[in-house]
Amino acid sequence: MVSATRRGIPKAATGIVGLDDITLGGFPAGRPTLLCGGPGCGKTMLALTFLINGIRMAGEHGVFVSFEEQSAELAANADSLGYQVGEHIAARQLIIDHVRIERAEIAESGEYDLEGLFVRLGHAIDTVNARRVVLDTLEALFSGFSDTTVLRSEFRRLFAWLKDRGVTALITAERGKGDLTRFGIEEYVSDCVILLDHRVEDQITTRRIRIVKYRGSAHGTNEYPFLIDTDGISVLPITSASLAHTPSSDVVSTGNSDFDTMFGLGGYYRGSSILVSGLAGAGKSTLGAMLVESACARGEKCIYFAFEESPAQISRNMRSVGIELDKYVASGLLLLESARPSLYGFEMHLARMARDLHTFGPRHVVIDPISAFSGPSQEIHSALMRLVDICKSTGITALFTSLASTIAEMDADERDISSLMDCWIFLNTVESSGRRNRTLSILKSRGMSHSNHVRAFALTDHGLILEDTLRTAASSPES
Amino acid sequence: MTTESVVPGVADAAFYNLRLYVAGQTPRSQAAIANLHRICEEHLAGRYRIEVIDLRVTPQLAAGDQIVALPTLVRHLPPPLTRIIGDLSNTDKVLVGLDLRPAGNAGGT
Repeated sequence: MVSATRRGIPKAATGIVGLDDITLGGFPAGRPTLLCGGPGCGKTMLALTFLINGIRMAGEHGVFVSFEEQSAELAANADSLGYQVGEHIAARQLIIDHVRIERAEIAESGEYDLEGLFVRLGHAIDTVNARRVVLDTLEALFSGFSDTTVLRSEFRRLFAWLKDRGVTALITAERGKGDLTRFGIEEYVSDCVILLDHRVEDQITTRRIRIVKYRGSAHGTNEYPFLIDTDGISVLPITSASLAHTPSSDVVSTGNSDFDTMFGLGGYYRGSSILVSGLAGAGKSTLGAMLVESACARGEKCIYFAFEESPAQISRNMRSVGIELDKYVASGLLLLESARPSLYGFEMHLARMARDLHTFGPRHVVIDPISAFSGPSQEIHSALMRLVDICKSTGITALFTSLASTIAEMDADERDISSLMDCWIFLNTVESSGRRNRTLSILKSRGMSHSNHVRAFALTDHGLILEDTLRTAASSPES
Repeated sequence: MTTESVVPGVADAAFYNLRLYVAGQTPRSQAAIANLHRICEEHLAGRYRIEVIDLRVTPQLAAGDQIVALPTLVRHLPPPLTRIIGDLSNTDKVLVGLDLRPAGNAGGT
């Protein structure tokens, strides 16, 4: 898929969600791109994905020259991401060539060059009529040959030759100390340099990607988190989400007609962000499930991301308050996704959620709860902001639950998060006459009037029932 | 021509099956071919076979012997398989590489 994007240079789409956004269309077509990073940061998988997607999405055949891994190992790794490499090889769409260099087997006598590599590469390109080439990792040659002067001049010739052939090449390189690459390969690739990183903070690892340079093209300049799992790679563009979205004036039901009347327009704005905070057991998840159930009943797709309960547990618990979710899961309208918060960092959860939002295309989403995530509050805040932005830019109504103390005791983090939200519902329990009563109030609702009453409610097996306005002023939550 | 009973010191008596990979008729290719013929005539007269493979003509043969640098001389027999890269202008290194002279032996021309 070579597309001339917006008066810019032609680009070869990687087909990786998010990466094509931050590169504004992909890698420079017909030119070499350098992909550098430390060990285990995903260079090989990203490179392989680039080839496979080229075959599947753009009909561009590929050649993968591996200097490190055996062809069979590489194919096995790729299959773990769900790529059927063998089929592409059999269909003559892909060649994996393992170039083995055993220093101990090679003696040197007189002058030589790397023409053999050129011949192999050229032959492989011709055999499958390839448009994309990966060299992983070219630097392995430095351990195989003693004459680095020859290697360097041959690298220069190789990159010129790749350009001549007009193939879109991706060359991987090991990250060096201080420099981008250990042997200074970046010197030869001047068109596009991409850096991968793999950091551990608070015992949680996050993969990040950054475009160091991209000649002839604008690009995102930040570090973006990315994800490798069984569904392949996805990158979460952060700043591509801007505040340019047009807000909807549509209103969607909260899932309860009484509760709807507490809002001036009869519900939440479609595409708005809603925070439901409250103590443990206050009914936060129920409010999320209510929104989902009523939306599914209208035939609108929803995703419920749960970070504390399994999908089966949520279904069971919601059934006890008269909310039936299973049938919508079965009919494909609802996706119930569970993951432990500690599985990976919030950035990674965010990347996963962003990908699911992209592929499933829901109209409403519930994240239950955001308070489960630990990490630097700054990071969580910025990640959450991005999630809110992604939802807003795609018109998705997002309901977040948060385990909170009373408003008076609320700490700075919670107030920060609430400022991102358009609507804030506070659930509380108050003790009176030897009973615990649930109460509900709307703290804010941007763009529409709302009831200022603290309403008592009950969770029955027919759902949420609002009782009359709570008039026992003595037990208001602020006191 | 059996080579299964190669005893140290007897390697000299073995038959040499050599394959020289080049790309085109470049001066470097021609130098490598000439150097190899000269060395073989001097040291292996009557018990060697040289096969010159021009990868410009048969590029598909490059992967089989794991050719990266050119020219490359591959010794298929006697085992073990060894590779010598370069135009073979350094005769001593070729002789060491082919096990015709132990490394570090100061003798020679």
